[in-house]
Amino acid sequence: MTLSDYSAAVLLLAGAFFFLAGTLGLLRFPDVYTRLHALTKADNVGLGLIVLGLAVQAQSWAAAGKLVLIWLLVLLAGASVSHLVARAALHRGVRWWRR
Amino acid sequence: MVTTLLQWTFDALLGLVLLWLAWRSLASTDLFKSIVLFIAFGLLMALAWARLDAPDIAIAEAAIGAGLTGALLLGALARLRAVVNEEGVTPQQQPLLRRFPVWLPAILLLWVAAGLAYVVAALPPYAVGLSAQVAANLDASGVSNPVTAVLLNFRAYDTLLEMVVLLLALLAVWSLDIPLAGVAAAPGLILDTLSRQLVPILILVAAYLLWVGAHAPGGAFQAGSVLGAAGVLLLLTGWRLPPRLEGLPLRMILVAGPGVFVAIAVLTTLTSGQLLQYPPVQAGLLIVILETVATVSIGVTLAALFFGSPPRGKQHQ
Repeated sequence: MTLSDYSAAVLLLAGAFFFLAGTLGLLRFPDVYTRLHALTKADNVGLGLIVLGLAVQAQSWAAAGKLVLIWLLVLLAGASVSHLVARAALHRGVRWWRR
Repeated sequence: MVTTLLQWTFDALLGLVLLWLAWRSLASTDLFKSIVLFIAFGLLMALAWARLDAPDIAIAEAAIGAGLTGALLLGALARLRAVVNEEGVTPQQQPLLRRFPVWLPAILLLWVAAGLAYVVAALPPYAVGLSAQVAANLDASGVSNPVTAVLLNFRAYDTLLEMVVLLLALLAVWSLDIPLAGVAAAPGLILDTLSRQLVPILILVAAYLLWVGAHAPGGAFQAGSVLGAAGVLLLLTGWRLPPRLEGLPLRMILVAGPGVFVAIAVLTTLTSGQLLQYPPVQAGLLIVILETVATVSIGVTLAALFFGSPPRGKQHQ
């Protein structure tokens, strides 16, 4: 295993940990707004780390560039869609959780 | 040894989760939950196709099976709620188990499963397949990706039929004519910005998938489904086709895909005596023409499927 293999493995594991945290937030948080918050933030960072781990082992700069482009697109779409879902929930009258 | 064990675990886990998602999607009473689980099922199915070394099908499954079919199902649910709310009943899926005696579908399923298990066990250990013949004739086909060669040259007849089936599906939806309601006239700032950023990128990605299908996973259906997704996003912001394009130009684009295909089929039958026998010199050019027209046609057809109602002719205004 070369250095790039080790660093890719570490980055991929870190990304998987963030995804796990986001999914835990999705399952355990009390209402839709906090769930969206946990999901979007953790999944964006998790995907960024996974993309970094794959880009380390990519065959060419073009492939690494495409991976980063995928991450940027997921950032754009994820943030916008979570905003739209929260706005739709607000319009429907979903109350936020109070202690 | 460890990697094969990891791969086996991953594959087994993937198969089990696929089965579980399918079960939950069918057995839940909330239709919205069923649709969301179906979309997740489609995404994991794309992962399964990638594990089977079939990246073209994986792209098509993710784009059409998970994405576009999910959008169509959600549109159907919205229309169902709009129709049913007038009568004051909430749409609810009958849970599958309560309708039949429990043993009847169980026996049928066991029978089908036993038949499938027998067929799979009777397969030869090393599948012979047609990859040798495809590889031998790849140079004469005009492209270097074997999947595209099979889809658009060796078995172009099947692709022709698929495109006609897509057009027939659109005609059926148009004949039902249930409009898409509940879309705000002016989109909010986020949806507006998102569509302005994403639609040009989607068109670019569709063109890229179309071009790259000649030598790597990609192709007309995948590119057409990305175009269809761009159309769905535009329709969700409240954009409608300008009235001067609604009549003949829209219908010309919808028919262009199957039409050009049929024209090429007729031409090749007249010149070479065989249906869809491309001359090897022009095969690459013919495939490029077919794929381009098919991409645009498929994209517009899928967006029109999502919109659901045919364009109002001049006599309705």
